[in-house]
Amino acid sequence: MTAPEFEYADVELCPGGPMLLRGEHVVRDVDGGTHRTTGPLSAVCRCGKSAAKPWCDGTHKLLPEDKRP
Amino acid sequence: MLPKPRGAFSADVFEALRSDPSRLAKADLPDAENADDTAIALWSLYELHFRGFEDVDENFEWHPAALQLRARLESDLEARLRAHWTGTPPQGEFADAFFEFVTNHDGPSLARFVQTEATEEQVLDLLRMRSIYHLKEADPSAWMVPRLDTAPKAALVELLYDEYGGGDPNRLHHYLFARGLESVGLRSEYGAYIDDAPAEVLEQNNAMALFGLHRRLRGAAMGHLAAFEATSSMPSRRMAAGLERLGLDDTMIGYYTEHVTADAAHEQVAVRAICGALLDGEPGMRDDVFFGAFTCMDQEDRVAGHLLGRWQEVA
Repeated sequence: MTAPEFEYADVELCPGGPMLLRGEHVVRDVDGGTHRTTGPLSAVCRCGKSAAKPWCDGTHKLLPEDKRP
Repeated sequence: MLPKPRGAFSADVFEALRSDPSRLAKADLPDAENADDTAIALWSLYELHFRGFEDVDENFEWHPAALQLRARLESDLEARLRAHWTGTPPQGEFADAFFEFVTNHDGPSLARFVQTEATEEQVLDLLRMRSIYHLKEADPSAWMVPRLDTAPKAALVELLYDEYGGGDPNRLHHYLFARGLESVGLRSEYGAYIDDAPAEVLEQNNAMALFGLHRRLRGAAMGHLAAFEATSSMPSRRMAAGLERLGLDDTMIGYYTEHVTADAAHEQVAVRAICGALLDGEPGMRDDVFFGAFTCMDQEDRVAGHLLGRWQEVA
């Protein structure tokens, strides 16, 4: 057996969903405000419709497929 | 302490657990009187593997007669759960199919009711029911860690690390819930409200323990976890809004707002990194992943149906 090298990313663009962040980051929002992640896993809104921006709150799932990121 | 028995069967099971588990052999026990009688007995047998009871010898966790009885009740439970699902697992790319499966599931929503019309007493009733699981949130999934292959194992631990506060006990999710319970005047001790929990709530908890304790059911366990995470963000937002509407304490509201954003990240990890990686290695697990996800949502529907019905009767 050969042990494979796994592909692992700190920042992951989820198809149709948010940008997943692993580890500590400071995110600057469109208005210039900064937001520090509060845990090892965070999701940043990419659909623009979240009520908890810059973080994802799952709202993208309510959008029609062609309106998702 | 062991809960109150709910019939002749659980009464005899509890008596045997307090004194001599060899009396748990099938021939010595009466038949269960109803769903509550069975569910509370199985819940208690599972509890020996979580936190135990002051009035049960810790050695009895692995007593052969207790395990044999547990196996018999589990076999009935698994058959019942599998019978509930009459659908077929959707085809196509896994993550898309999974999210669509969860989104398309329709059932009564406790969170929507809490957001718009529940009274404070009804919300407290719900929080008491939620406490049975939320005070051990993620614990049944943790049993699965040593049973998974490298990639899904790493992803599960990544998710659990966040659930368990990233090392800070103050941020451990079930501790956040305990503090929330106290902030609204409820008891925060583990299992405090077990005697108030209907069979639907017990069975919801029993299913998670069943999936978590059997390596064979790793697909169902991880599918259940993924569905749980994928049905959490929006209901948590509704819960927080309802609690705010009623002017309940910020600590409990904070528990739910924390879950809006935390679970929006967790659902991606659970679906893509845990279940996706599990299925990359073991494609044959796909049916069970969807079975677990269905079970998660179906049991929540049953709990919601029970509570909404009960509240309507009183109103």
